[in-house]
Amino acid sequence: MLRLDRRPQPSRLWTLLTPPLAVLVTMIVGGALFAALGKDPVVAIETIFWEPLFGEFAFYYRPQLLVKAAPLILIAIGLSLGFRAGIWNIGAEGQYIIGALCGAGVALAAYPSESWLIFPGMVLAGALGGWAWAMIPAVLKVRFGTNEILVSLMLVYVAEQLLASMALGPMRNPEGMGFPGSRNLQQYAPAHNAELIAGTGMHWGVAAALIAVIFSYVLLNRHILGYHIRLTGEAPRAARFAGVRPGRLILFCLGASGALAGLAGMFEVAGPAGQVTIDFNVGYGFTAIIVAFLGRLHPVGILLAGLLLALTYIGGELAQSNMQLPAAAVQLFQGMLLFFLLAVDVLVHFRLRWRRAEAA
Amino acid sequence: MDLSSINPILLLASLMVAATPILLAALGELVSERAGVLNLGVEGMMITGAICGFAIAVETGSPVVGFAAAAAGGALLSLLFALLTQLALANQVASGLALTLFGLGLSALLGQSYVGIRPPATAKLDIPLLGDIPVLGPVLFSHDWMVYFGLALTLAVWAALKYSRAGLILRAVGENHDAAHALGYNVVGVRILAILFGGACAGLGGAYLSLVRVPQWTEGMTAGAGWIALALVVFASWKAGRVLLGAYLFGGVTVLQLNLQAAGVDIPVEYLSMSPYLITILVLVILSADRSRAPGSLGRIFHASR
Repeated sequence: MLRLDRRPQPSRLWTLLTPPLAVLVTMIVGGALFAALGKDPVVAIETIFWEPLFGEFAFYYRPQLLVKAAPLILIAIGLSLGFRAGIWNIGAEGQYIIGALCGAGVALAAYPSESWLIFPGMVLAGALGGWAWAMIPAVLKVRFGTNEILVSLMLVYVAEQLLASMALGPMRNPEGMGFPGSRNLQQYAPAHNAELIAGTGMHWGVAAALIAVIFSYVLLNRHILGYHIRLTGEAPRAARFAGVRPGRLILFCLGASGALAGLAGMFEVAGPAGQVTIDFNVGYGFTAIIVAFLGRLHPVGILLAGLLLALTYIGGELAQSNMQLPAAAVQLFQGMLLFFLLAVDVLVHFRLRWRRAEAA
Repeated sequence: MDLSSINPILLLASLMVAATPILLAALGELVSERAGVLNLGVEGMMITGAICGFAIAVETGSPVVGFAAAAAGGALLSLLFALLTQLALANQVASGLALTLFGLGLSALLGQSYVGIRPPATAKLDIPLLGDIPVLGPVLFSHDWMVYFGLALTLAVWAALKYSRAGLILRAVGENHDAAHALGYNVVGVRILAILFGGACAGLGGAYLSLVRVPQWTEGMTAGAGWIALALVVFASWKAGRVLLGAYLFGGVTVLQLNLQAAGVDIPVEYLSMSPYLITILVLVILSADRSRAPGSLGRIFHASR
């Protein structure tokens, strides 16, 4: 029978190979799913993964790739720090909303001032808002030992309600003729997170995502704090003997991921989305969990995984309009990706051996 | 504002209905956690159960068949989790999240053609004499049969864990899987069964939402009920009786805030809708001081090296 033997060291080869393998398996099973829905699987996969990059209208979709990838990468970089240390912030969606609300709040309060300070102020407010929202589970965990998974997730629903009340109440556009939603920040120059180079999709959020990748790489590989994070995740007992203070680590990991998620929300509301609306959040905070795992919790991996998941968003929309593929099919596709990744991950830590059955 | 429009008897009666979905899901999760498996996919299994139950009930016209299908659907989805965590030895937290994301996508896909349909009504179990008692009758004895099924299941889980041999083995596996393995118990087998039971219960809870409580299918309709069920297990310190208590508490909060919304209290609707989640956090904080009752092997991966 088939047996698993634990490897003395995780296999480096399989660590690199399993994410592409998972993508491949997902494409095959996803293709079968599309076929079951009555769509040509080859065309569907091509529409999702090829058309946005090299198809006829690629000039339009390529910039979109950066726009969609930036929030995913920003959030996933933050999540990966905690995930490495066994600290599970799964409420990034809530921190993203609060960051957007705080950022937009600064802009709307300053309207119609033309000061150049507005945008930096929004960035600061967005990061602080996300940080503060993540501090709730962090402080409760440190002080009372409350489960951070459940608290951070509950706060997503609270944040969604807060978003609704803001979009309908205090932040509603006074000149919006009664429609819900705030002023459009795209039409308010000092607060607009515009493209830095026209036609590339490159806005401040993309720049921030790249900076976050570099910072997190340096932190994890060259800084004692990053070492403590990795140590806590890989050998908690050793970490305790080495004098790692778990409380500080929790506060740092949750705080950093909250601030990054808040930034992502702020850049989104000031740029691509433009306004605070009831359905402003589209699940980036949850998709970022997939990005973080698919990227092996490694900054460079997350960069690539973020681009890939952004591609499934864009390709999915394309398949929706061209092939009438339901939107949920793409959501399912993303979920499958994480599933297959976790399944093939067994090869990293274990060796498959064929052995005759014997009495144990 | 007109608080007198809130009828306390109706409030208590709907409390039992509101509590049933999370009670069922939490009981299932309780069993799998007592076996040492932390399955964070409750939300995904619930919503899958909700659409499976809804679709089958609409197609067959029978809510009973619908509930059975919901249990099967939830169990089938949890089988994926079992394969991942028990055979492929994947991280339970990550696998549970994967299950939730997958389940939300799957249910949205399955449910496309069922939006806006009314399901067949689930039969009320009007108990002849008891149902006519003035106050207690409508509160306790005039619900649909799933409410009583939930109560019976609580009793069964409590008794099975406390008195049966199977319950003892399950608890042994959850407290110390190495010792249970050394005694010759099939750790992986017990855990897979516990996970399947958890999936079936979550499926039933989800179907109760879509078939009785709402009753309609909308995408993402569980809205965190699965996560509240997870919190409930912690709240109950892994005891079946206290799960019931907790479910009624949360059911009560939900019903009360809905009633306050209807009565037009001077608080914006959004803030009232937040309250169940905020109260969950509050309760978690109060109770998390005592973590000693968590099963010893909860969330740990079991791999027999020899």
